[in-house]
Amino acid sequence: MSDNIVEIDNLSFGYKTRLLHKGINMQFPRGKVVAIMGGSGSGKTTLLRLIGGQLKPSGGEVRVAGQVVHKQDRKGLQKLRRKMGMLFQQGALFTDLSVYENVAFPIREHTDLPESMIRDLVMMKLNAVGLRGARDLKATELSGGMARRVALARAVALDPAIIMYDEPFAGLDPISMAVICNLIRKLNDALGATSIIVTHDVQEVFAFADYVYFVADGVVAAEGAPEDLRKSELPFVHQFVHGEVDGPVPFHYRAPDYRQDILRSANV
Amino acid sequence: MFSAVASVLSGIGHRVIDSLWRFGASIRFFFYVLIYSGESFRRLHLTIREIYFTGVLSLIIILVSAFFVGMVLALQGYNTLQRYGSSEAIGVLVALSLVRELGPVVTALLFAGRAGTAITAEIGLMRATEQLSAMEMMAVSPVARVVAPRFWAGVFSMPLLAALFSMVGVLGGYLVAVPLIGVDAGAFWSQMQASVDFREDIVNGVIKSVVFGVACTMIALFEGFDAPPTAEGVSRATTRTVVNSSLAVLGLDFVMTSFMIVA
Ligand SMILES: Nc1ncnc2c1ncn2[C@@H]1O[C@H](COP(=O)(O)OP(=O)(O)O)[C@@H](O)[C@H]1O
Ligand SMILES: [Mg+2]
Repeated sequence: MSDNIVEIDNLSFGYKTRLLHKGINMQFPRGKVVAIMGGSGSGKTTLLRLIGGQLKPSGGEVRVAGQVVHKQDRKGLQKLRRKMGMLFQQGALFTDLSVYENVAFPIREHTDLPESMIRDLVMMKLNAVGLRGARDLKATELSGGMARRVALARAVALDPAIIMYDEPFAGLDPISMAVICNLIRKLNDALGATSIIVTHDVQEVFAFADYVYFVADGVVAAEGAPEDLRKSELPFVHQFVHGEVDGPVPFHYRAPDYRQDILRSANV
Repeated sequence: MFSAVASVLSGIGHRVIDSLWRFGASIRFFFYVLIYSGESFRRLHLTIREIYFTGVLSLIIILVSAFFVGMVLALQGYNTLQRYGSSEAIGVLVALSLVRELGPVVTALLFAGRAGTAITAEIGLMRATEQLSAMEMMAVSPVARVVAPRFWAGVFSMPLLAALFSMVGVLGGYLVAVPLIGVDAGAFWSQMQASVDFREDIVNGVIKSVVFGVACTMIALFEGFDAPPTAEGVSRATTRTVVNSSLAVLGLDFVMTSFMIVA
């Protein structure tokens, strides 16, 4: 078995006809925190769905623990998903359940543990994210940062080998952001898991990721350890890391010539 | 001119193809739900919880409506029957109308408006907020965990609600006919007892309400599951639930009634 728990091999995918990913190669070594960065709409969430087997690639493959994800039957896919935990962009907590029941959900679904044991597990996970005291709140009564932490506790409830985070920092205040950063690293090391973080927040991720991939135009535009990328002279990476408005990634969405557009609207 | 006609035609064609496609998709979804039902039967508490939400919470509106429908039936029926001097048959008229037609049909229409819309909106929002995706990623099938329990709850609740509708309707009819109008109570009940046939009337009514239960619940679930993950998508899906359920109920009612009357 290779040292990479997830491998993406020449992967291509498109929702309709236009290809979103055009031959992506990535490796995710066991025990590491790896970040995937790219602009909004560059297909980062889609990439996580491909890893989770919710979408089928149009070319290439994703292997999780040596198994090709899209060739699994229902049972095989379920087995692979038991190894994964995913933190969705908006948390995706079950709104009809309490915080406690949300975290207990995967445990109840997949094990036959007695209630006392479930309780211990849930308390442990909630304690790890600092929300043991919030166990009786409804999912709808939480702030954004708290919801994200509960979702994190739920994602790791069954001690997954792979934890995927979709924009874990989006829309958080600086303190919650630091808390989440801390948690990701802590959980990764405590569980001996591999973390895949999708984000566009450069500073946070560069501070604690082991390896970073940049995705642009459907391919991996750059990759490397954060300290190497910081020094990188690649125009794309430079633009991203330093947050410049225009550069290889244009400010404007593809549009016809501005002058002509204006003239045309004046005519109608 | 020609292009305008062509675009209207192609618009109609698109809608027809789209409707057919959705119909096919909903049938496939139906079989999916049946396949996953085994899994959800093992956790009966989920279905029982949904029976509470779809069935028990629909009780008030259905009982109140039934009471009024029964009273109106008695008023209208008496008005017509007394011209032919057979006002004692009022009990038969009320009971047969309710058991054969109004019980199953009106219950289904109210069910679509009360429980069906709630199901569609809830599932549509669960999809929009990625709760269904999250479930899938936890290796839990949303069809088994979310859809199938609601389906069986609906199928189970509908005949019971329709039966209660008929019972309360008869009671409403009785209150108008006997204490208010002064029809003889003995005639009211005995004629009803003599004329309502178990096989022909009651069983047929139950068959109807089971079929309506399948149709209404299935439409509500499919529309919710299939709703685009936006506020607009969910609101349209909710509307479609009411429109499609109502059409399905009335259409199926005609088809079933014609078979039942001929047979
Ligand atoms: N279900 C879908 N159907 C069609 N297009 C989609 C769907 N989901 C996402 N897209 C499109 O794919 C592109 C990438 O989406 P996404 O993976 O969510 O990007 P990111 O997470 O990097 O912001 C976007 O342009 C989006 O409009
Ligand atoms: Mg995204």
